[in-house]
Amino acid sequence: MSELLLRVRDLKTYFVTEQGGGTARAVDGVSFDLHAGETLGIVGESGCGKTVTSLSLLRLVPEPPGHILPGSFIELEGRNLLVLAPKQLRAIRGNEMAMIFQEPMTSLNPVFTVGDQIAEAAIVHQRLGRRAARARAIEMLVLVGIPDPETRVDAYPHQLSGGMRQRVMIAMALVCHPKVLIADEPTTALDVTIQAQILELLDRLQAELGMAVILITHDLGIVAGTVDRVLVMYAGEVVETATTPELFARPLHPYTEGLLASVPRLDTPLPRRRLHSIPGQVPAATAWPSGCRFHPRCPYAWARCAAEQPPLLDAGTGDPASHLVRCWLLAEPARRTRTSPP
Amino acid sequence: MTTGFPLVLVHNLVKRFPAGRGLWGFGRLRGVVAAVDDVSFHIPPGQTLGLVGESGCGKTTVGRTILRLVEPDGGRVVVDGADIFALKAPELRAVRRRMQIVFQDPYGSLNPRMSVRQTLAEPLAIHRLANGGRGERERRIDALLEEVGLDRRLAGSYPHELSGGQRQRVGIARALSVEPKFLVLDEPVSALDVSVQAQVLNLLSDLQERRHLTYLFIAHDLAVVRQIADEVAVMYLGKLVERAPAAILYRSPRHPYTASLLSAVPVPDPNAQRQRIVLTGDVPSPAHPPRGCAFHPRCPHPKKDERCRTVPPPLREVAAGQLAACHYAAEPM
Amino acid sequence: MNPRAAFALLGAVLLALFVVGDVRRRAGLGAAGRRFFRHPPAAWGLFILTFFLTVALAAPWVAPYGPSITLEIVALKNQPPSLLHPLGTDLYSRDVWSRLVYGSRVSLSIGALAMLVAVTVGAVVGAVAGYVRRWVDTALMRLVDVGLAVPRIFLLLMAIALWEHLPLALLVLLIGLTGWFGTSRLVRAEVLTLRERDFVAAARAAGAGAPRIIFRHILPNVAAPIIVSAALGIGNVMLLEAGLSFLGLGVPPPMPSWGNMIADGAAQLATAPWTTLFPGVAIALVVMALNAVGDALRDAFDPRRATA
Repeated sequence: MSELLLRVRDLKTYFVTEQGGGTARAVDGVSFDLHAGETLGIVGESGCGKTVTSLSLLRLVPEPPGHILPGSFIELEGRNLLVLAPKQLRAIRGNEMAMIFQEPMTSLNPVFTVGDQIAEAAIVHQRLGRRAARARAIEMLVLVGIPDPETRVDAYPHQLSGGMRQRVMIAMALVCHPKVLIADEPTTALDVTIQAQILELLDRLQAELGMAVILITHDLGIVAGTVDRVLVMYAGEVVETATTPELFARPLHPYTEGLLASVPRLDTPLPRRRLHSIPGQVPAATAWPSGCRFHPRCPYAWARCAAEQPPLLDAGTGDPASHLVRCWLLAEPARRTRTSPP
Repeated sequence: MTTGFPLVLVHNLVKRFPAGRGLWGFGRLRGVVAAVDDVSFHIPPGQTLGLVGESGCGKTTVGRTILRLVEPDGGRVVVDGADIFALKAPELRAVRRRMQIVFQDPYGSLNPRMSVRQTLAEPLAIHRLANGGRGERERRIDALLEEVGLDRRLAGSYPHELSGGQRQRVGIARALSVEPKFLVLDEPVSALDVSVQAQVLNLLSDLQERRHLTYLFIAHDLAVVRQIADEVAVMYLGKLVERAPAAILYRSPRHPYTASLLSAVPVPDPNAQRQRIVLTGDVPSPAHPPRGCAFHPRCPHPKKDERCRTVPPPLREVAAGQLAACHYAAEPM
Repeated sequence: MNPRAAFALLGAVLLALFVVGDVRRRAGLGAAGRRFFRHPPAAWGLFILTFFLTVALAAPWVAPYGPSITLEIVALKNQPPSLLHPLGTDLYSRDVWSRLVYGSRVSLSIGALAMLVAVTVGAVVGAVAGYVRRWVDTALMRLVDVGLAVPRIFLLLMAIALWEHLPLALLVLLIGLTGWFGTSRLVRAEVLTLRERDFVAAARAAGAGAPRIIFRHILPNVAAPIIVSAALGIGNVMLLEAGLSFLGLGVPPPMPSWGNMIADGAAQLATAPWTTLFPGVAIALVVMALNAVGDALRDAFDPRRATA
């Protein structure tokens, strides 16, 4: 196993809400490891906490109303990120750990050229002069596959298409050859043919630069094709984690099962049948259900599920901690019979 | 495939958008964008036509133009026997009962200042339905809410109190309130989470069966369309490039764009061996479409040649029930 | 001041405090309400407005004398503030406080009515222009451009000069009709974005005509800029009225308005400043209060967090 880059233990990020709603426990105890060269996928629907997790890693969560609880632990190559002074933290952002976002149009500053924006990271972190930084920006444009880079470097974001802008964002993130790249739904706003291009680009860049990638998405298809290891999140917690082949071959958590069964796919036989759907809806972060947070929507739930929150249990693949599931079914497998129709 | 005379007939639909005027709004047009360029199709009653394509292809404009929410620049549309573009305003209003639309954005498609009850009552009021007094309208609204799977107690709620899935159901109920025969569904599940998406797709299928509805299902997600469409039409830069029954299109597409689109869709199976056709380049701007075949600059077909660059290929039948607009549609890629 | 009037005044102050407290408590339940009260001036502004409104409504009780009552002509002319006359008397031996109270009725109602006219015309014109577009929009907006270019007071002076005896009601109408241009631009801008929203398309698909869409869908959703415009507009009108009255062209005597009170006392500024000072302070307070409330309303309706 390649070197361990990032260690996250028991990350908790809470938000204080204005109304009498109380505290939103957006991320409630997330732990994972990230190794060099690995792609980790964080998958979940809206409200599960995946975006807040990624923002917490770089401490980009707005301090009021959000705060990362003491007791949370984020370590990048041995350094605890949560105790760093702002200056040291800035030295890491964009330099050793970088992030790209979902909406390239709003993430790029419309009044600066793309060249300026790419060069900015180089100027700040590597202290390059303007000329050298511009040359570097052109290099990066070549790296991300933008045609005609010498002219494009002076273009403004609105002059580029969505796919191009996303490539520019990737270029900005990679200027300083970060060790970790966090990609938050990088292709959700793009057309599917452009999405394929961008995913292929990320794949290639990861191989060339040897960096680790955390890919956040709601699309299980992307997860299957791009990711080495998966974290499935629900209601602020990790409910299942496994390698990609293992997760798709043996989804053990009822939520993962439900998700996989409810995604429309190209490879199921026609004539089509009704899609499986998970009943109910995602609960509000201010009021997670008691016990197992998924129990109100779970077809297998029984009394224990409402009363006690399950810890992450080992699915017994032989490789310890390689497939973990937060579900009492692992302790009582006989209960895996449906109590409500699918 | 056809089970009776088509409910919806679209012939040579054209919609152009101006590209800007000079002289502070009083000048002449500077240029045009052909958002919809000669699109034709028909939908038999009770069936679903899926209209797919990426952003800028014109599929949303097709949906809105058919309903005359946008005035067309050419073509003819017949819905349930009524020639939509030839109707005058009062006749059009009456015909609107037969055709409705459900929108993509559950947040923008409901008036934030109107309660669910008011939103559902409005179409009834416009067409003077359920006027029998004695709470007939109330009962009608309750029945609609139940039909789309919403708790009757939500009738007094405002949109900001509802979730995305619930808002979308209200939008569907609103469309159903006037008992239409034809629904245009403009990306109805794109903005929803996976689990809610499945619920709403199931609901739409059930409604279609129960009420014998005809759907035009506009989407960019091919897997979703596959779930609900009987026939599928693919658009690129304002033109139809392929049209075929769903089973045939997904198994053996004939147009290179369709093939690329299908291969680009990620499948949730890590073992899937797929021929990934990754297109180079971006979608060209609709204001400056390429000469000849609109797709030729990105086309990966090995037989691409000078004819592709100069002559726009016509949409013609290349196999039983399957139409494609490609000079080399008959040859495998 | 007689005891009855003193008690009535005390009552007005307490009522104003109570109302503000109650509004604050109720508003605190909603996000918009909390944003409103985040500005300290907002609460003060609300208090001042409520106080003057109460005083205006309760004028007969709060004012010890009628507005035009001339007391002993010579003896009580230009008396400084005293226990009997808390704000003094003016050059016609009238109690300043009573005139201020009755004057508040005139000034506030002129402000409110003229603003009502302006905002109504502005909202409708803006909504129609923004929704219908094409030549209607262009024509209306060029009209607005002209309206904004001509100085408002100039138009009013012309109207007053041309009319023999301009009735007060007509003056108020004219003030309103010269003040709608800015509102129409604001409303039009909102409407331009609103008309592209899907719920408007849904209403059209259901068969709704333009009037129904404009009045039931568009206007209720542009309430925010209209309300803010209105709050600030009242202040402008009051200042305008004061200016006109100062020139002798506004509210005719003996009916008091804060503006003509200032005018009356202007000559005595050195010898009896209270006759001009108090109405001046009253105008300033109300205009500042309106601005504070208008600003706070604008924040309360912050589009970044609004649901529309």
